Amino acid sequence: MKYNKDNYQKLVDEFTPKNKMLRNCIMAFIIGGAICVVGEIINDSFVAWLGISDDEASPMTSVVLVGLSALLTGLGWYDKLGKIGGAGTVVPITGFANSVVSPALEHKREGFILGTAANIFKLAGPVLVFGYLASFIAGLLSMAFK
Amino acid sequence: MNYVMSFLVGGTICLIGQIIIDTFKKNNAYLLVLLVITGALLGFLGVYDKLVEIGHSGATVPLLGFGNSLAKGAMEEAGEKGFMGALSGGVIKTAPGVAAALLFGYIISVIFNPKGDK
Repeated sequence: MKYNKDNYQKLVDEFTPKNKMLRNCIMAFIIGGAICVVGEIINDSFVAWLGISDDEASPMTSVVLVGLSALLTGLGWYDKLGKIGGAGTVVPITGFANSVVSPALEHKREGFILGTAANIFKLAGPVLVFGYLASFIAGLLSMAFK
Repeated sequence: MNYVMSFLVGGTICLIGQIIIDTFKKNNAYLLVLLVITGALLGFLGVYDKLVEIGHSGATVPLLGFGNSLAKGAMEEAGEKGFMGALSGGVIKTAPGVAAALLFGYIISVIFNPKGDK
């Protein structure tokens, strides 16, 4: 059997595992939900123990989650969790922190400036570019429609 | 009750993310960008605040909440300071999270070494 473009694709489809989507979705739901519950617990702790208002506790929770995620990524545990949880570990803000630390670690060999520091926003950079752009447009539009 | 709602809302958002990943099979960066823009749009329309009321951390922890904060910050500051507010409002409101990711990320990268795929 000779392989050309068409039947090679068929062969690939044949050996690609199927019906993984349902399991992926369930795991994403559970792990993602669990990370959000951890956030809620941290948030509640700030409010209950330190008497911080709800509005102020939210950014503090983000900072704690980002710190935890950075540490877990450094230890190599977050990527293991990511293999199980899929999008459940990407979608929360912990996934954003993971996307900052991973390329920074990966390029460490190239030096602390051109390796670590230069690659730190390799994945998170696009998020900030489009995020800030959307935020600027939202601000302008809110001015226009006042 | 808050914990249950956080779990359900947060889990559902992650489930939608998983469906997007499995359907389009693109790099995760595409999903993150899509989430931030969607969050900013929902924040601009004022829809996302209602989801935060229901889901608490389930709505603020996912990256959609980051987009929501960006849009809301820009709109609040734009109301007070005009153009300069629209430019800086979102950045100011989300600065703690971004700065934490940058600084903690750098410190962790200096301390730890890459683990490699096993």
